[in-house]
Amino acid sequence: MFEYDPVFLSRILTGITLAVHVIFATVGVGVPLMIALAEWMGIKRNDEHYRLLARRWARGFVITVAIGVVTGTAIGLQLSLLWPNFMQMAGHVISLPLFMETFAFFFEAIFLGIYLYTWDRFKKKIYHFFILIPVALGAMASGFFITTVNGFMNAPRGFDLENGVLTNIRPLEAMFNPATPTKVAHVLSSAYLTTAFVLAAIAAFAILRGKDHVYHKKALHLTMTAAAIFAISTAIIGDFSGKYLAKYQPEKLAAAEWHFETSTEAPLILGGVLQENNEVKYALEIPYALSILAHGTPDAEVIGLEEFPEEELPPLIVHYFFDLMVGIGMFLAFVSILYVLFAKVRKWNEWNKPLLWAIVAGGPLSLLAIEMGWFFAELGRQPWLLVGYMTVEQGATTSEHVDLMIVLFVLLYIVLCTTCATVLRKMFKNNPVEKELHDRGME
Amino acid sequence: MSYEVIGITVLWTFLYGYLIVASIDFGAGFFSYYSTITKKNHLINKVIVRYLSPVWEVTNVFLVFFFIGIVGFFPSTAYYYGTTLLIPGSIAIVLLAIRGSYYAFHHYGEKGNNFYQALYGATGLLIPASLSVVLTISEGGFIYKYEDSVWLDYGALFTSFYSWAVVILALVSVLYISAYFLAYYAKTAQDEKAFDVLRKYALNWSLPTILASVLVFFALSDHNPEHFDKMLELSWMFSLSFLFFLGAVYLMWKKKHLGVAFILVMLQFATAFFGYGASHMPYLLYPYLTIYDGFTNEAMAVALITAFIAGLCLLIPSLYLLMRLFLFDNKYVQGKK
Ligand code: HDD
Ligand code: HEM
Ligand code: HEM
Repeated sequence: MFEYDPVFLSRILTGITLAVHVIFATVGVGVPLMIALAEWMGIKRNDEHYRLLARRWARGFVITVAIGVVTGTAIGLQLSLLWPNFMQMAGHVISLPLFMETFAFFFEAIFLGIYLYTWDRFKKKIYHFFILIPVALGAMASGFFITTVNGFMNAPRGFDLENGVLTNIRPLEAMFNPATPTKVAHVLSSAYLTTAFVLAAIAAFAILRGKDHVYHKKALHLTMTAAAIFAISTAIIGDFSGKYLAKYQPEKLAAAEWHFETSTEAPLILGGVLQENNEVKYALEIPYALSILAHGTPDAEVIGLEEFPEEELPPLIVHYFFDLMVGIGMFLAFVSILYVLFAKVRKWNEWNKPLLWAIVAGGPLSLLAIEMGWFFAELGRQPWLLVGYMTVEQGATTSEHVDLMIVLFVLLYIVLCTTCATVLRKMFKNNPVEKELHDRGME
Repeated sequence: MSYEVIGITVLWTFLYGYLIVASIDFGAGFFSYYSTITKKNHLINKVIVRYLSPVWEVTNVFLVFFFIGIVGFFPSTAYYYGTTLLIPGSIAIVLLAIRGSYYAFHHYGEKGNNFYQALYGATGLLIPASLSVVLTISEGGFIYKYEDSVWLDYGALFTSFYSWAVVILALVSVLYISAYFLAYYAKTAQDEKAFDVLRKYALNWSLPTILASVLVFFALSDHNPEHFDKMLELSWMFSLSFLFFLGAVYLMWKKKHLGVAFILVMLQFATAFFGYGASHMPYLLYPYLTIYDGFTNEAMAVALITAFIAGLCLLIPSLYLLMRLFLFDNKYVQGKK
């Protein structure tokens, strides 16, 4: 019944590995910044609570970084193992950012090692804070470099193809392709947003569980304020990403919006079910919104799917991924802005139960938004691996046994993720904040 | 020097870096486990934890640097090795993954869980064995090409005397390098009891290291005579390597200048490793791929080399800082910080 198809299986395995990696990678980009914020507050206000916050986040971070590093190593090798033809071509044109990424890893890894083991080694506390700056910059740089590679896959530039031979290669142009600005900005901003929400969810949950130490409230306030800022920036940059798509990858945007016929004053479609004759049922339509998303004016023309050959269309399921991402984005922005408002107005209680529960929900939802965003971006690129140049089929390995490898890696990821969760739980359960505050003589 | 030679030299140097730092790490895992079952762990575990915890992630990046870099400089390697190494490559990834993560779990999360420790010890030997397979394969005779497809002959690989000789050399070297380093570190930490144990390990693994090297020479002369002849032309490097070895053993025996002894070990492996590498040139994969036909374009080569130099300017001061703080800071090493 099942025919062995290395292309399809390679896609599955790549998707699984990346779906796991991106969770830890996102947290890996975001957490150093949050630790830096906390430690900075602690030093500036001379408040040991914030420094303890930084210390505890850093301790958890070590565990997630470990998984980020090993899944990253896996995907790095898998790219060559599963997509040898793609990597051969990519090696010629886009290997520069990949190569620079390894320097970013080096930089981050070295200073993270130093940071973790020097909490009380410097006489001036600010020196310890300085060591975190390269960690945060290194993490940001690795996010930046790898996203330019992904941008290149969406908008290949920087080479000429003559009779199947690559010539006139311009590495910098390949790296700074048209997709790079919006993609990098959106990926980084959403990583900070997600991390802020995940950490806020932990604090909110502690407060809901009846822990009333100011430590938790300080944690919540810090993370939610950051979350509000990044939620707004993520949505704005997301809007720019839409405009990028309209210009360079209209088929992806059209697929996300089930926009079949080229038209002006195009409405945005939320949810819904697709009927056989491409009719959309049960959907919520927001008039003009798609035209605005695509070009910024309500009467702009948006290209529809009809203009592309059948075999070059991405799967239409990406519509749901897109909607989920945007919906969650709106929810996160709403909740975090509400929190900031409540915290500002004296009379209102920002620790009311519904708001805290909404924040708790925001943690896992933001992670889901990351997954949905990537599934949208990657599936929306199909059938291309390098848009316009190489299809997924041409890039894949011809090797046997990819199916076996899927089993192997799924097992590995299950083991890694469950152990990660148990270790983190035990780590914080055996050493609750109240106990640590006491042990360190802060109470 | 041509761009090709610069490229392969850079990569080979990082692979050498990985060989040293990873050997220390892998061997430490094994010794740590071995000493647990022989009830000597309280003596050496502290040394291991203090040195390795801050640097394990850096070790991993050396490897990542190599396999990303080689695709950048020599894109055709992605095609040949990528297509054929799916299974061994995946197994290596899984082992690395288990090791990396469980290492963190063990040290930061749950202290002293025996199962983690056993995994940590076992992967320390299995990873070098599986990685060494790539060098074996590069000698040719295991990868075949027919029209548009390439494949790996597992039967030949597993029955080859040469490939087993390389595995043995990899294992023995790991233990040898690691023992020398840890003995030096224990001495600096003024932990005499740990030092005695580790010194014994170091001396015990010295002779097997040389025997395994000789074995590989013999096996190679049979497996790839062309390469072997080129190695003979560079025999001065291998002789030098042997002299360094003698020096290192002598110093360890006399318990003198252990820092110098470890540097001699590093030189011993540097000369042998670069001698092997230089005689392997110009082939990346016998007989299909040389550094010249697999090379990237000139624009990318210039960009990569520029990035590399810029990267080194960042990296070297940072590495220096790391070593200052954890390796050469006697108060830290002695556990007073
Ligand atoms: C917390 C995560 C998160 C949130 C709340 C949002 N996004 Fe997003 N989005 C991502 C996380 C993300 C991502 C994971 O970072 C993606 C996947 C691929 C990429 O480049 O970024 C992405 C891609 C992505 C793309 C496709 C870019 C491409 O394929 O080149 C568009 C058009 C948007 N987003 C638009 C939005 C809009 C209008 C949002 C409104 C609030 C939004 N996103 C919220
Ligand atoms: C990190 C978050 C990411 C996730 C969750 C993700 C998810 C996926 C998924 C689901 C697929 C399968 C697509 C399909 O079968 O239709 C895929 C394919 C792929 N992705 Fe991504 N991706 C991510 C980022 C990246 C980045 C940054 C790169 C580039 C360096 C990349 C490179 C690839 C390649 C080469 C393929 C295979 C070719 C293809 O199917 O188009 N991915 N990814
Ligand atoms: C949204 C996409 C991605 C982001 C934000 C991201 C970011 C990160 C981060 C922060 C780390 C931890 C690095 C460290 O602490 O040393 C990491 C590890 C890694 N990532 Fe990703 N990554 C992404 C996708 C990918 C893809 C598609 C690849 C494949 C080319 C990749 C390759 C790696 C590798 C090889 C490592 C391990 C580095 C090491 O050994 O230290 N990443 N990534």
